[in-house]
Amino acid sequence: MAKITYITHDGTQHAVDAPNGSTVMENAIKNAVPGIEAECGGACACATCHVYVDEAWTQKTGEPEAMEEDMLDFAYEVQPNSRLSCQIKVTDELDGLVVRVPERQA
Amino acid sequence: MGTATAQSDDITETDIVIVGAGPVGLFAVFELGLLDLKCRLIDILDRPGGQCTELYPEKPIYDIPAWPEISGQGLTDRLMEQIAPFDPQFQFNTMVTALERLEDGSFLVSTDDGTKVSAKVVVVAAGGGSFQPKRPPIAGIEAFEGKSVFYSVRRMEDFRDHDIVIVGGGDSALDWTLALAPVARSLSLVHRRDAFRGAPDSVNKMRALVDAGQIDLHIGQVAHLSGTDGQLDRISIKDKGGDLVDVACTRMLPFFGLTMKLGPIAEWGINLNENLISVDTEKFQTSEPGIFAIGDINTYPGKLKLILSGFHEAALMAHAAKKHIAPDERIVFQYTTSSTSLQKKLGV
Repeated sequence: MAKITYITHDGTQHAVDAPNGSTVMENAIKNAVPGIEAECGGACACATCHVYVDEAWTQKTGEPEAMEEDMLDFAYEVQPNSRLSCQIKVTDELDGLVVRVPERQA
Repeated sequence: MGTATAQSDDITETDIVIVGAGPVGLFAVFELGLLDLKCRLIDILDRPGGQCTELYPEKPIYDIPAWPEISGQGLTDRLMEQIAPFDPQFQFNTMVTALERLEDGSFLVSTDDGTKVSAKVVVVAAGGGSFQPKRPPIAGIEAFEGKSVFYSVRRMEDFRDHDIVIVGGGDSALDWTLALAPVARSLSLVHRRDAFRGAPDSVNKMRALVDAGQIDLHIGQVAHLSGTDGQLDRISIKDKGGDLVDVACTRMLPFFGLTMKLGPIAEWGINLNENLISVDTEKFQTSEPGIFAIGDINTYPGKLKLILSGFHEAALMAHAAKKHIAPDERIVFQYTTSSTSLQKKLGV
């Protein structure tokens, strides 16, 4: 279990208890966090669950794999800390994770 | 939806037009075929399979009955094999634009390539809508679309002697970079990172053109467009360090993949509910008699967006469509396992 805080573009914080093994995207959808669309349902086949991982957490969430990096080409305002939230799996290690939701999904 | 009479002889005739050749549209061919109805499928993509082949061809699906694991492409291939005995007609790279009801109650379907199809019944199996090029997130780009920003190349001549900027890192971006480089006044390829998704051979050819000084490669993201009355003259690219670089540009081709949009379906006069088509659960018919909707595009109480639900909807729709076309004919319900007449249709 990990507490994840999503900060939407207007600054609103959404804190969510996320079970291990689920993805950061799934917890956003389940808790109706605005701004995460997940059009493809988590297949890493679109770029509509794009988030910015808080700088303090980028090491723990790791780097995107090649396929995710390819998909990020379709996202809006990609930054070095950009990730697709469907590709971040929740573990105890990520307790306290903070991610920011971009202004818009592509 | 208007009322009109069919006149032109350039009209293809069929029993059923199916809008969308995804898994549910394909399986509808089978169920309709068993009832002796001929189908023509129209799809905006260049091949069958819809989302299965466009979004996740290699990814496994785990909830198809009797297939513990099957890929999107595998499912599509097997459906194509299953419906082959019914000889469905396919019209790819085509978007259905309009639907008119004719005086005799049948339909005239118009497409964006100018062809027309007449059909007794229309089945909308359009999934998430039609796949259309994704508009890149650049402020003010709408004003330039169709004049100097294009999402596809219809005629290469329209690009001759222009300052062309191609944006993207996949095969479309690379292929058009290679094809347009000889006719362009200048050509710049812009991509977010110095790694490309396209075929390695195309990447090598592109890099050779860069090395030879024939084209420019910019690593960065397009930040700003400049021009007047829809005509671009230059763009600004934000590079990795955040610096802006200006590049001459009179034609831009962004290749940012595809997204799904409901498209012209919204104008067909059928009742919608939040961009989905409302249907009943007996016939899967829309608010317009003779127009049915199955699969992810429809909605009804309890709807689940599952391929298997779409298959079920296809079977019930097929019987309702048959009754719509031949109200006085008695439909004998039969099983493919035991019915010799169904087996004859299947060629087994």
